[in-house]
Amino acid sequence: MSPTHKRTRALRAAFPYTIPILTGFVFLGIAYGYYMTSEGFHALYPILISATVFAGSMEFAAVSILKEAFDPLRVLLLTVMVNARHLFYGISMLEKYRAAGRKKFFLIYGMADETFSVNCAADIPPDVDKGWFMLWVTVLNYCYWQFGTAVGAILGSMIHINTEGLSFVLTALFVVLFLEQWLKEKTHHSALLGLGATLVCLLIFGNQNFILPAMLVILAGLTLLKAPLSKAGDRA
Amino acid sequence: MTLMQEIITVAMMVLGTVATRFLPFLLISSKKPTPGYIRYLGIMLPSAAMGLLVIYSYKDVSILGGAHGIPELIATAVVVALHLWKRQMLLSIAGGTVLYMLLVQFVF
Repeated sequence: MSPTHKRTRALRAAFPYTIPILTGFVFLGIAYGYYMTSEGFHALYPILISATVFAGSMEFAAVSILKEAFDPLRVLLLTVMVNARHLFYGISMLEKYRAAGRKKFFLIYGMADETFSVNCAADIPPDVDKGWFMLWVTVLNYCYWQFGTAVGAILGSMIHINTEGLSFVLTALFVVLFLEQWLKEKTHHSALLGLGATLVCLLIFGNQNFILPAMLVILAGLTLLKAPLSKAGDRA
Repeated sequence: MTLMQEIITVAMMVLGTVATRFLPFLLISSKKPTPGYIRYLGIMLPSAAMGLLVIYSYKDVSILGGAHGIPELIATAVVVALHLWKRQMLLSIAGGTVLYMLLVQFVF
């Protein structure tokens, strides 16, 4: 297979997986670009922040952070806390991304929630190059977000469509990818632990502070269950 | 903030984000064989992380106020049912999203 052929084949396999993200990211990107410029920032702010930070929730937070007093250390700690869930994605993708050679740098840099979930759960056909598939998913999603942000920042104030509820497209994506993962695996201990621990922590700690406790409970749960689950040959 | 302070602030956000994404790859050496515990986590964590992500995407739903999460519940049930029936990712997602938009715009 020629290198060009390999790339286009992977692109054709990857693109359909990214269509829901195209919808969701363009919509949310527009919302972000519009929000930041309507708060008095020049259009270049959301555009450059999207291109460099590339982490949705922190980008929305940047609008208020940039209006507060200068405190770089606090911002660094806040960012690490808000994005701590990426640590789980990294551990999950260690072997898959390392096998992708030099592509791994962009794969890791662009590992947003949506990109992780597709690269983690997608059924890549055996005749498609895995590295290129994952790279295309990452690049396409990155581009959708940049495009949405730019449109929102430059034209946002001229667009008036009733899009209430459209952001559910990303929730539906996560549900479908979770189902795909569920249908692929033999036992569901880990999936149920992830759902249950996070739900309980959300109810106890509220929607601002539940991620870190949920991660700790999941980690503790998996550690305690290591012996029985390893023996059961879970998802082997 | 001055422009320089703004640049440093954004740089901190970049650093914090990049750190959470790269840290596992930097801490766990690719030259030495991956420790058994980490390899176990690498196999088990994806399902748990996807479960976390699902709940995370509902975090702003209020059960006590507003529509009590009913539109989310109905739309999610439709997504799951469509997916188990046809197993067409885009159909399940589009069907659930359109229904959700109709529910929040016209019904609730």
